[in-house]
Amino acid sequence: MSIEIKNISKSFGSFTALKDISLKIENGELISLLGPSGSGKTTLLRVIAGMESPDPNPDSQVLFFGEDVARKPVGDRKVGFVFQHYALFKHMSVFENIAFGLRVRPRSQRPAESAIRDKVHSLLNLIQLEGFGNRFPKQLSGGQRQRVALARALAIEPQVLLLDEPFGALDAKVRKGLRDWLRSLHDELNTTTILVTHDQEEALEVSDRVVVMNQARIEQVGAPDDVFHQPASEFVIDFLGNVNVFHGRVNQGQPVLENIQVGGSRESIPDGEKANVYVRPNDISIDRTPTGKSSMAAIVTRINRAGVHAKISLELSSKEEIRVDVSMEQLQELHLQLGDSVFVHPNKARVFVPDFTI
Amino acid sequence: MSVNAKDLQTGSNDPLWVRTTVITISVTFVALMLVLPLGVIFYEAFRKGLSAYFKAFQDRNAVRAITMTCLAAGIAVPLNLIFGIAASWAIAKFNFRGKGLLIALIDLPFAISPVISGLIYILVFGMQGWFGKWLEAHGIQIIFAVPGIILATIFVTFPFVARELIPLMQEQGSEEEWAAISLGANGWQTFWRVTLPNIKWGVLYGVLLCNARAMGEFGAVSVVSSNIRGGTNTLPLHIDALYNDYNSVAAFAMASILALLGVVTLVGKSLLERKLEQESISSLESKTTEVS
Repeated sequence: MSIEIKNISKSFGSFTALKDISLKIENGELISLLGPSGSGKTTLLRVIAGMESPDPNPDSQVLFFGEDVARKPVGDRKVGFVFQHYALFKHMSVFENIAFGLRVRPRSQRPAESAIRDKVHSLLNLIQLEGFGNRFPKQLSGGQRQRVALARALAIEPQVLLLDEPFGALDAKVRKGLRDWLRSLHDELNTTTILVTHDQEEALEVSDRVVVMNQARIEQVGAPDDVFHQPASEFVIDFLGNVNVFHGRVNQGQPVLENIQVGGSRESIPDGEKANVYVRPNDISIDRTPTGKSSMAAIVTRINRAGVHAKISLELSSKEEIRVDVSMEQLQELHLQLGDSVFVHPNKARVFVPDFTI
Repeated sequence: MSVNAKDLQTGSNDPLWVRTTVITISVTFVALMLVLPLGVIFYEAFRKGLSAYFKAFQDRNAVRAITMTCLAAGIAVPLNLIFGIAASWAIAKFNFRGKGLLIALIDLPFAISPVISGLIYILVFGMQGWFGKWLEAHGIQIIFAVPGIILATIFVTFPFVARELIPLMQEQGSEEEWAAISLGANGWQTFWRVTLPNIKWGVLYGVLLCNARAMGEFGAVSVVSSNIRGGTNTLPLHIDALYNDYNSVAAFAMASILALLGVVTLVGKSLLERKLEQESISSLESKTTEVS
């Protein structure tokens, strides 16, 4: 089902958590709210769930399938909410945790005991924890607990699944496994899902669309591809993975760095404006000799071979440090050693001139 | 080496004489100040034999005092239980104006002398007090009567349950409640099925301490009691009266009941403390990162 948020603001005292947010979420979509802590992503999720009420404003609306739910209590919204720290009921077995949402229904809507049992068993099957029904939460690992929390949320057949940093408390390996599992689960169930995360890799890998948030606002909304390759702002490019930043100036409509031109040009920008040039580590090549006019001299200060790519740190003549990723083959061809003098040149750069985004 | 193992067990490498001195001081102090007086109570109570001991309980005034004590505790404890749960719920789960003031006020009975607590009620409900005339005109007597005893008991035992529950509920947070509500549970279901099971040992612990204080309170009830035998005397007041009459066997026999209550409270308290510790460990565990 589609969810539409219109002109939502939320402040806690003098702190503004959300500033005039509007967002449309399509039916069956898996969308991530990505941002650093304090960016407002969790508050937005809680507003959608009904756990926080937005600041009163006649224009603000939270629409579930066209129906304004802004005044509907949490329990009536049919949302499945999954918390970072699981929030499983400690004193109940896994079975009772999952059955909870069915058991608390008014008598007239409550399924029969046998129907509840069937439902819980099919969910236990779905989360690959058959035979764990009698265990208690503290007897499970973190990853298992979060799967139980997800099954508990799914038991009420929610219209939308809201996940608040669901893998944040798990270690890297488990997190990766659960992320893939969540994606395949979503492909199977097609429940509209909103995932809050501060892990850019998680957001880019799992979602259909990513909403990048910063300081109570939405910076960019787009497919993972788009936000990664066409970042709309300096914040987005900086937040989505490692990036080198150079501070240059505009000369004759072109950003200039150490008298070297990078990136495209735009006539309309006056000379002398500051230009920030962003280059991803894998968009820089290293050569023994200068290639063309955009090469910069640099000295190798560190080589890290642990990984799929080698991570090279270099120091420019301006004392700025840059990071370059090269493949292991390239590293061998170049015979790089610490202290070597080399030339680097950016193959692809994104330039932001504050107030004149290129 | 067995010597090393012993050293590890005490967890200390302090010289022997330090250990011996510290342990001797503690044990002697506890024996002299706590165990000895407790022993004296039972020794004095049974000094003239079992029949003299039990005769003390056949006295009409003694029965009345025990009844009064049970009545005061029986009303004060449930009321403070309800108040304590409500207050700690409000403080732990909501933000509201005056929250700091409420927390401070809950501690008030701990901070002021019980005698003052009794006097407050005399000033409010006594003959010369604010509502004295109105109450008299309607034929209601609070001071020097049963209601006064109950009010004073409620006042002095007010903080016990709340004090115990506030930190416990704050530590647990409200995520489980939100989870229950998002799954469609109403407020009542959330309270009975989620909140209460999480705090049950804390509640019991608070009730135990609250009850011990309610039954043992002397100062506050002494001020509002008429001190009439068989009237509004509670057990501690009755013991005081008996002792002033040089009826030491009866006084100590009565005192032995309160002493027993104390021992039972102590045992219950240590059992519950162990339960509470397990509970907070498991709530910590459920928050730690683990490998699947």
